[in-house]
Amino acid sequence: MSVTIQEKPVFRIAGDRGLLVEYGDDIDPEINRKVRSMAIAMAQESLTGVVEFVPTYRSIIIIYEPGTTNPSRLKDNLLSLEERLSEIEIPPPETVKIPVCYGTEFGPDIEFVAEEHGLTLEDVIRIHSEPSYLVYMIGFTPGYPFLGGLAEELHTPRLKTPRIHVPAGSVGIANAQTGIYSIDSPGGWQLIGRTPIKLFDPQRAEPFLLKAGDILRFGPISVDEYNCLAEGGAN
Amino acid sequence: MDMFNVLTPGPYTTVQDKGRYGYQQFGVPPTGALDQFAYRVANMLVGNPEDAAVLEATIMGPRMEVMAESDIAVTGAETVISVNSQPMECWTSFRVKPGDVLSIGQVKRGCRIYVAVTGAIDVPLVMGSRSCYVGAKIGGYEGRILAKGDVLKRGEGGLLGVPRQVPKEFIPDYPSEILLRAVPGPQEDFFDRGLVRFFESEFTVSSNANRMGYRLDGPTITHREGVGKSIISEPSLPGGVQIPPDGQAIILLVEQTVGGYAKIATVISTDISRVAEAKPGDRIRFEKVDLETAHAAFYRQEERLQQIKARLSGG
Repeated sequence: MSVTIQEKPVFRIAGDRGLLVEYGDDIDPEINRKVRSMAIAMAQESLTGVVEFVPTYRSIIIIYEPGTTNPSRLKDNLLSLEERLSEIEIPPPETVKIPVCYGTEFGPDIEFVAEEHGLTLEDVIRIHSEPSYLVYMIGFTPGYPFLGGLAEELHTPRLKTPRIHVPAGSVGIANAQTGIYSIDSPGGWQLIGRTPIKLFDPQRAEPFLLKAGDILRFGPISVDEYNCLAEGGAN
Repeated sequence: MDMFNVLTPGPYTTVQDKGRYGYQQFGVPPTGALDQFAYRVANMLVGNPEDAAVLEATIMGPRMEVMAESDIAVTGAETVISVNSQPMECWTSFRVKPGDVLSIGQVKRGCRIYVAVTGAIDVPLVMGSRSCYVGAKIGGYEGRILAKGDVLKRGEGGLLGVPRQVPKEFIPDYPSEILLRAVPGPQEDFFDRGLVRFFESEFTVSSNANRMGYRLDGPTITHREGVGKSIISEPSLPGGVQIPPDGQAIILLVEQTVGGYAKIATVISTDISRVAEAKPGDRIRFEKVDLETAHAAFYRQEERLQQIKARLSGG
């Protein structure tokens, strides 16, 4: 399957305060890189009338203040920004390492995932913690990363019956996706481990651990290390 | 200072303000008072900044014991309010004293009630806002809906020299048949006949209606042949009307984060207040407007609010 970045972005009207700018029509690292570059460039330029903007898998949603700017002006702003993109310094993505205690009470479904694919627990841990995952977008719950890059050998369907309570930090798999619960919530993902690091803490100076465009890596830790990090200065 | 001792909280009462902006890229929806018109006027009535924190109640208001002398204003849905069983008027400020009991009844017209108090409801600022986001347990009073026995504080603020009253012509009438102006898109190209049907039909607000969104009962809106029924997940904006595969429209509101379905149209920001005041069983129609009309409606609403402000501070 060939994926291309659209030569010209597609602009879509999202009500009287929103403009959606699409750079492609696929979930693809190349398109997401373009989104990230444009988001960084927009942040540097601080365009007049823009209340906030949200980078997504393949687009940017701009929320603006009517009267201060409008979609046609924003389109001009963005097209000119795109032309000057090569002059703007785009820092390389940050790599964030997430320590995970796999299995035990933290990952009650890891054996199911292993059996489903004829793997050992060690295989599951190795295959899951080997790749670099791309944080395509943050959303769903505060600080929750939509990740790309899960090895096909680990694709596993959701639980038949979702759990009523999944603790924050739980690492799970649902079909082709892997992710980390950022707050306590109900959920139907196959849980394979847990991180003691808080992805979201409103009391922290930086409430969010991750941002769109980051690279995420999982690092296996023991129960003792988990407890140590959970009690200590991990957060 | 302590302001209210909650005797009965009402079914869904939270602290809200203008909303929490700047964090949607981190998965935090704006939240905030759903009916921004009634909310801002409530603050004007007691002499607060327009973006001060208030209580938002749904369907039925709270009963609270007053703990500090203050001015209070109740706006939004039409309801019966009283102080020590003495009837009071909505959209009008009144003075309360320690020991008074403020009761706010069930709504007669409309859905959401706003209670503003001198100095504003004082809860901690979380990421720039006092709005409660129940889904993530942040903001408001301990990140949750109010419960019996909660004690709410208020900030410092001067009492009014004379009571304030909103002139009748500025008070919305909250009909049960509601017209919402909407701009087609962002994914109107996913529909052909469905788009026509959407703007021609009448919908009913289902019982599944809250600050995340309003699910509507009505005709099935079909997607254009050959397009997918879902889109690549993207954050949703308040007012977006999402059409899931079953064809039943959902108006997304201020506590929705990410959506994966095509949005046929977006309710204009001015009319989100009308959605806020719609309750299950109410009828909704959508009127197609262009962006220019939507922006004109926004300016007109701001102008009206400025007129109200001028009338209130003049009286």
